[in-house]
This record gives sequence, C-alpha cells and structure tokens, in this order.
Amino acid sequence: MKINSPLEAYKFLPATNCGECGEATCMAFAAHLIDRSKKLTDCTPILEDKFRKKYEELDGLLAPEIREVEIGVGDKIAKIGGDDVLYRHKLTFFNQTQFAYDVSDTMDEKDLVERVNYIQDFKKFYVGNFLTVDMIAVRCTSGDPAKFAAAVKKVMETTDLPLILCSFDPAVLKAGLEVSKDRNPLLYAANKDNWKEVGELALEYDVAVTLFAPNDLDMLKTLAKTFAEMGTEKLVLDPGTFPTGKQFKQTFTNFVKVRRAGIDGDRDIAYPIMAVPFTAWMAHDDPVSASYWETVVASVFTIKYGDIMILHSTEPYAMLPELHIRDTIYTDPRKPVTVDPGMYKVGEPTADSPVLVTTNFALTYYTVESDIASNKIDCYLWAIDTDGIGVEAAVAGGQLTAEKIKKGIEESGFDLKKDTSHNTVVIPGLAARLQGDVEDATGANVLVGPADSGRIPGWMEKNWPPQNK
Amino acid sequence: MTKKMKLSQLGDILQDLDVESLEGVTVEGDIELNITGGGGLNPALAYALGNEISQISLHMANIGRMLGFPAEQLFASAFGLGEMPQAGQLPTSPKIQELLASKFEVAKVDNWKNPIQEVTLGATSGDGGSRKSTVTIGGENALPYYFDAEMPHRNYVTMDVFDMPIGMAKAVKGNYEDVINDPAEWAKKVVRDFNADMVTIHLISTDPLINDTPAKEAAKVVEDVLQAVDVPIVIGGSGNPEKDPEVLEKAAEVAEGERVLLASASLNLDYERIAKAAMDYGHNVLSWTQLEINAQKELNRKLMKQCNVPRERIVMDPTTAALGYGLDYAYTNMERIRLAGLMGDDELTFPMSSGTTNAWGAREAWMVSSPLNQDSDWGPREYRGPIWEIVTGLALSLAGNDMFMMMHPTSVQVLKEITQTLYGSIESEEIDITNWIGAEV
Repeated sequence: MKINSPLEAYKFLPATNCGECGEATCMAFAAHLIDRSKKLTDCTPILEDKFRKKYEELDGLLAPEIREVEIGVGDKIAKIGGDDVLYRHKLTFFNQTQFAYDVSDTMDEKDLVERVNYIQDFKKFYVGNFLTVDMIAVRCTSGDPAKFAAAVKKVMETTDLPLILCSFDPAVLKAGLEVSKDRNPLLYAANKDNWKEVGELALEYDVAVTLFAPNDLDMLKTLAKTFAEMGTEKLVLDPGTFPTGKQFKQTFTNFVKVRRAGIDGDRDIAYPIMAVPFTAWMAHDDPVSASYWETVVASVFTIKYGDIMILHSTEPYAMLPELHIRDTIYTDPRKPVTVDPGMYKVGEPTADSPVLVTTNFALTYYTVESDIASNKIDCYLWAIDTDGIGVEAAVAGGQLTAEKIKKGIEESGFDLKKDTSHNTVVIPGLAARLQGDVEDATGANVLVGPADSGRIPGWMEKNWPPQNK
Repeated sequence: MTKKMKLSQLGDILQDLDVESLEGVTVEGDIELNITGGGGLNPALAYALGNEISQISLHMANIGRMLGFPAEQLFASAFGLGEMPQAGQLPTSPKIQELLASKFEVAKVDNWKNPIQEVTLGATSGDGGSRKSTVTIGGENALPYYFDAEMPHRNYVTMDVFDMPIGMAKAVKGNYEDVINDPAEWAKKVVRDFNADMVTIHLISTDPLINDTPAKEAAKVVEDVLQAVDVPIVIGGSGNPEKDPEVLEKAAEVAEGERVLLASASLNLDYERIAKAAMDYGHNVLSWTQLEINAQKELNRKLMKQCNVPRERIVMDPTTAALGYGLDYAYTNMERIRLAGLMGDDELTFPMSSGTTNAWGAREAWMVSSPLNQDSDWGPREYRGPIWEIVTGLALSLAGNDMFMMMHPTSVQVLKEITQTLYGSIESEEIDITNWIGAEV
C-alpha cells in the first residue's frame, strides 16, 4: 500500500458521510481502508461514474505491495500473496500460506483416491473452527501427457480442492489444462528452458503460473519481468527450496530477499512465493526423518514469507504442527487477547450443574469452552480477569488468586450458596495450589479439576456430583 | 482524440504517452526525438519502443490534419496502404522471443545499528570457575540468520534437570526413568547422551507447597550437579516468589565464580536479592517477564539502574507459550523486543532465553488421542510430542531467541540441526532439485 494515513485516503473519498459503507463518516471508513478491514468497493458512491478517476487512483494506492493471486474456483478459491508488511505486528499477514499435498500420475488409482480423500477430510478443531489443508499438487512422474490428464481428472472427480499441475513439459501441462481449465489451476512451472511455451499456456488458458529459478534471483526476476511483459501478472515465484546444509541457508536468504524487495517497492518481484518442503524427501530415506525435516522446513517458510507450499507427508505429526504454526503466524495480532471477564453459561445449567473457573485469556477460555460444549456438559464457567494470562502463568505471576476468584464470582451477582445445590467450585488442575485459599476466601467446597480441560468429561464421571462432605 | 486542439497542448499529449518512462528516448523542446541505444536494444524493448514511436507519429499526424494537412495520404503512400492503421489494431501483447534480462537487487536494512549485548555463561579455571568451556550468546547485528550481518554465535540448548521426580509426558519420561531420583546422574546423562550444551537444575522441591526443601539442602544439589558436569549451568528456583530469593542466594553462594545463570529475577518477587546474589558471587541474571514488552523494559531498567547489574550479565526470558497456546504472542513479543533492540532501545538489547519445554503443556504433545471426536486421527503421540517442542523452539529462534531450555532428546537434536543449518555451520551433500517433480518418494 502506497499510503499509510487515513487522511491520505480520505482525500479521494466523496466526503459526504453518507453511511453506505456502514461507517458514520468517510474519515472512519478511510481508517478501515488503511488497516485493510474494509474494501474500497464497500463505498458504493465512489463506484459511480463521476468518481471513476478518484476511484482508480485510490484503488491503485491501496493495492497491497505483494500482488494477490487466485487459484481454484467457487468457495474453494484460494488467495495467496497480498501482503504489505515484513513483520506481523506492523499490521497482520494476509492470506495464510496454502498447503498443497502431492499425488503423482503413476500412483495406483485406488491409492490416489484414498490419499486425496484423506487430505480433503483432514481437520483439527481449534478455537471455534476447524483447521484444514488446501490443495492437491499433481506431479507428472510418468512423462506421459495422457496419463497425467487421467490423473488430474481422477483428482477432480474426487475433490473440489484447487489444483497445482506439476511438470516442466509444456505438452504435459497442456494435457492437464485441457481437463482442468474450468478449475483455474496453478501451473508449476516455467523455467529458463520452457518459459516460452509455458508462458503461452498460461496466457491461453488464463491461469496463474509458477516461475522456477532455483537459487538464481536474477533469473527469477528476469522470468517475472518477461511474463509481465507477455501480459500476465498472475505469477508465483519459486526461488527453489534446497532442503539441507548451506544450500538451505541460501534458500532462507533468497526468501527473505525476495519478500523484502517486494515490500520495499520492487514491483517486478512483488509476487507470492512458493516453497517446496517436499524436497526434504530427497535428503532423507527414512520416512519419519523425512516427515520431521519436511515439517521443520515448512515451519521456517510459513514464518518467513512462503505463501503457498507443496508437501508430501500426511502424517498427523507433520500436519498438526504445520497447521498450528500457520495459524500462529497468520492470526491477526490486532484481535483481542482476552474475553470479557464474568460468568458464561455453557449449555443449560441448573442448580445442580458444576461451577468451573478459568482465566480470561481468550485461548484458554475458548479451549475450555469447546471441550465442555462439545461433550454436552451443562455448567457455569467463569472467566476470571487475569489480564489475559493463561492459568499456569497466572498462578505463578499472581494474576490468578483466591481473591480474584471470589471477586469474579461475586461481581456476576452469583451466590454459590443460593444459586447452586452444592456450593462447590471446580478450579483448574494447574491452579491446584490455590485450593485451600479459595476455600477460605469463598467458604465453598473446592475441587481440583484436571490439568487439561480435554479431560473434564472423564473427570466429571468420577467426581460429579460431589460427595457431601 | 480531441477535436479542437492548441499547439500548447502538445506537451500534454506527449506526457500522456508516458514517453519519459522509455529508456533511451528523450523529448526535446523543439519536438525532436532523440533515440539512443539502437543496435544494443533487445528485441522486446525495441518492439515496445517502436510501438511508442508509432503512436507518437500518429498523434503528430492528427495534429497535422487539424492544421489542414492531409496526413493520411502521406501515411498511405509511405506504407503502401489503402487506409491508415487504427491505434486499436496494434497488437498489445507482443510475442516475446527473448527473456528480458534483469538483475535482482535488494538493500540491507539500514536502521539496525545497535548490536545485541554479548553474555558469557560459565567460567573456566582461568576465570575463577571450574567449567571446561563457556557459552557466549548475543552479539547480533541483525535478525537471526539474516544476510544483513553475520550472526556471531550459534543457538545453544540447556536441558532441564529437576531435583525431584516430576510429572512428565510419557514420551519424555522414557528417557529419564533411570536417573529421575539423581539430579547429578541426570545432568551427566543429558550432556553425555543427548548433546546438551548446558544443564538447568530446577530446584522445584523447595516450593513450600511441594516439599519445602530448605535452601541449604537444595544448594547441595547444585554442588552435585557442578561436580557431575563441566558445562555451564542455569539454576532455577521453584517459581515461588517468597521462597525463590532465599533458594537462589544459597545456590549462588555454593556456585561462586561459576558464572551460572540465576533463573529468575521477576517483577513479582524481590528481584534485588536475586541481583545482589548474582553480583556477590559472580553470576548472570535471567530477567523474566510475562509476554509484555514494557514490563521487560521496566525490569531490565531496574536491574541495571537500581541493582547495578552490568549489561553483560543480563539475559531475558520474555516467556514462551506453546505452539497453539499463545505462541503467536510469544513469537511477536520476542520479534518486537529484538527489533527494538537492534534499532536502538538499550533497555532491550539483551540475548534471550526460551522455556521451550512449555511446549509439552500442549495437549497435542502428550495426549494419546484427540479429546474431540470430530478431529482427524492425531496419530502416534511419541512422534507428535517432540515435533511440538521443535516447532515451538524453531519459531522463537526466528524471532531472535538465543538459548533454549528443553526436555526431549529428539527435540534437542532436530532443533540444533535446523538452527545450525540456518546459522550456516552444517555441511551436507548438495542436492540437485532442478527436477524435483520427478523424484521418487
């Protein structure tokens, strides 16, 4: 983005404060444009013909430094790129890294379908949502266009996930495009030898194309400039992912350099970047070592500027940390760390339902809440104000104390003696040391729950309802 | 094209054509085109240049027509055409036959001017200690592993040893069952078998709510560990703010001269006593805060100004949250601290340490399977746990963390491998990836 203050954006807006965009004033809307929480098209008046020039000018100024590229169609469409900063705290990173898992055209058909289904069905619940993976990369290992087309077709019959067509042979890519052209696949890849033919395919079928120049940033930029001149900016850059040793260090350097140049304003290289952690399998024979190393490589390039990547291991011990490190990096740092302190009802609690205590750290709260709700346990859950610090750290740091718990419950207007039949509070296992203090402070019975809220259902079976003392 | 036009508008027209953006073309005041670079032009550029010049001549011809000259006839006779070509018919996307050669360039960051403080842990006999070697961390002039400036020291790992048996994830416990009652043997094992650079002895049994082990007794364990290994050590208390100052004072006393790292000084305990113990007996201080950059500045400032701890004796622990459990805050907190330090905030220019072992608190690291039945199968936990610790540490290494407190031997091995690969000290056979698509896996 070429401007960084609301005032600069405001100059281009109609300045009528019409409220069409949902904001009271054009200035407020301008602030949302700068932090990218609203789109310019949300301002309907500026789309009118008389503002065309201002619209176009502002649209250009607001465009992200790194171009945004779309792959796939419909509700599975994936956007990559679109970033404006090098550090997430400066704004946030946009369009999380897309994970594509490979299949090859020499795979047995049954295996291929099974693998694709596993990939598209993989999910992990986390803070109210499921984390999932995104794409299928079809590798041509047969060298045969017909075989490749058949494999692409089989994948398309099995899934709506976006596709990456992988071959350096233009004839193979063309065969794949013929069957998948309605799915807007990503081509992988044009290199210094095949660029003319692959470039023409990209133009002819109007699809995004990856440019591959292993450890040669001059060639990478040369290809990108040439393709832009040929008429397409739907480009993805692959500077090569070398999996080990000094070559890996160089790969890291290349990623940092390309992204820095792009954010610094070199338009010729300001495109999404592709990493290929798959290459870890070229360095390790043992599948566990290869999976581990692939996960490590994927983590490095999820953190440092990979916008899309091709992976091989579908072991949960690889996919789970990959999904979580991506969520870590792409979570908007501007979102609140805390939930409002106070009482929350989970399900439909009655006087016999348990009273549970946790902290108001959003992650802790949502984890506990989802563990309870998904197991259909009705209860009262208190988010105690710990300044957004998790249980263990808040006990160590003095933000979670007996007094805080007492105050939290009282401030909700809840009376343990009157509003429950049991006068009992359940504290987190990680706050066990507070048990005596909480008993003294509240005059209630205090039970120590499990250290992990995932074990609340089992704990309830054994400990609830409480034995009368 | 505008119907009425004045000669004075000519300049505007030319401006609209973006003529200035073409290299080798200059427009003179008296409308002369000066084209340079002729034979050396690559075909694509020559084509683009030709296109622009033709467009200019078209506009010129139009002006000529407005002035009454039959320019279209001139064109027709010059090119042997029946009628004048229209601008819209010119090909917009020329077929390019040659690559547009281009050079990649990027600047180094110019506002990283403040080096991170170097801190040495451990002291050899020459320096009044008994360690065989020392560890130096810090000294960076850029973000870790960046090309802007060479990183002076690699990352180091200190492995956890506890003064009593504690609850551990099954995958971790399996490695320590034989030494769990003997901190000295435990320390030996992590150095000898698991390649630990350092050892952290956690005196958790001193917590009044656990065993309330007297400080004096706990100090004996420190002596045992110093006897058992010759690497630098970290001494941790139990985390009890009332008891820790006393425990760490006694520990500091028996370790006099060894330049250990006392863990930790924090804002919620009597940090002055920890700092004084470090000064009196020649140690370093770990300055621990909870995910809050301003609290980190405040504590560092107090250690320096109020307690007179020299800069070269401070390491920071800004808190490590596990992958999936707040690592986003921990990562960004460290990254902001490191960037602020490099850009000149002298209250934050210290090397950092991470309690990476915290990763084992994540249920994904230790639970047999997901507690939620909608989840896909989590797979075997003996592989899930170590990678959780690795990725947690790895993320923080990229945010600027220097030293890692860790627990699982596989995690230590892989984290060292990746951080030293990024550091540049791992040699390996070169791999040709030009045709990776066809690789058999």
